[in-house]
Amino acid sequence: MNLDAPLLDRSYTPAQRWVSIHPAVLGARNERQARVSTGKVEVDWAGLLIAVRDCQDKLAFAQIFRHFAPRVKAFLMKSGTDAALAEECAQDVMATLWQKAHLFDPARASVATWVFTIARNRRIDVARRARRPEPEMLDWGPEGEPDQADVYEIAQESKRLTAALAGLPEKQKALIQRAFYGDLSHSEIAAETGLPLGTIKSRIRLALDRLRQTMS
Amino acid sequence: MTTTSTIRHHLTDPLLIAYAAGNLPEAFGLAIATHVSMCDDCRARLCAFEAVGGAVVESCETVAMSEGSLEAVMARTSAKNRASAPTLARSTVPSPLSDYIGRDFSAVKWRPLGMGVRQAILKTGPGASARLLYIPAGQAMPDHGHRGMELTLVLQGAFSDAEDRFGPGDVEIAAEDLKHTPIAESGVPCICLAVTDAPLRFTGLIPRLLQPLFRI
Repeated sequence: MNLDAPLLDRSYTPAQRWVSIHPAVLGARNERQARVSTGKVEVDWAGLLIAVRDCQDKLAFAQIFRHFAPRVKAFLMKSGTDAALAEECAQDVMATLWQKAHLFDPARASVATWVFTIARNRRIDVARRARRPEPEMLDWGPEGEPDQADVYEIAQESKRLTAALAGLPEKQKALIQRAFYGDLSHSEIAAETGLPLGTIKSRIRLALDRLRQTMS
Repeated sequence: MTTTSTIRHHLTDPLLIAYAAGNLPEAFGLAIATHVSMCDDCRARLCAFEAVGGAVVESCETVAMSEGSLEAVMARTSAKNRASAPTLARSTVPSPLSDYIGRDFSAVKWRPLGMGVRQAILKTGPGASARLLYIPAGQAMPDHGHRGMELTLVLQGAFSDAEDRFGPGDVEIAAEDLKHTPIAESGVPCICLAVTDAPLRFTGLIPRLLQPLFRI
């Protein structure tokens, strides 16, 4: 039953809620395993973060840390933070990732996206010491949980988005990167990103509808 | 406060991107976070733009973390990572706004602007200002133009101007040079959150004389 083990190259006991895996996910996983020989092994980042959330899984956390901490540090340095402060902030971001794992909703965000939002908020705290008003929080509560097919699709869409960003013409890509490094003001941001965002928007919208139903 | 399915006027992509990137003044952030709390369409769009931020982090070149950084972070994380979610009492205003004014409008310190119109300036960081406006039913706001951008979010009641009708959750984005005279609909008083990055310019003589006194 431990479906994650071959992919993650380690074994842990998945928490109860992670055991029920949607057939669509199963099929896709087999397909992915079949592709392992031709390409890179895909890591189930959301599954790892759920293991951190539910089991305080240190191995899972270490794997997330090794991948994301050096990227967060680079991201903060691109945003104008010096190396020493970027190191300190990247550590803060990773500590927050552990502490706030219970707020992560894989039906609305990939782990990369979740990491980005934590890093962005840390950058705002450090740079401006200003408040950042955040939208009202929506969570599944003790009873509900996201649909596994939604979780899988969000992870896939996020990967497609990363590939689409890499495929943009250099000038266009640089503009998007600068916007997210915090380099561009609102009036300098172009309305058109050139990225295919329609599918991910409607996926998230559906997940929000499901969440609203469990809340009411 | 729950979603309003009747919202017809939404946020623009550049505003959502700038907010996702963490690069808007606090006052605009407050208006965005409040609208998003009421509007799942804009929440889904915001999540999609945050996913672009995730893709930017994912595609960052890595900068090595310092020796022992993982251990340092692990030492900071307690074994227990699941903080009990605060049980939020249902509030009349969305939570981002209630952080500034309290759970409803009863504690707002209104100041009269004449003809029954009242305002309350909210304390936000530099770069833009936010205030609540109270317009009695059927009453017109003083005629005014803009030097910068003004964003008006309806919280209660409705108003109409030459452009359209704006009800609860609707946001009007007035660019430079728009001259408009919003009139509150009959029925309940209209309460709006208005954010601007430049002082308003009233065309009537009396309001213009009052402007320095009331910071409008």
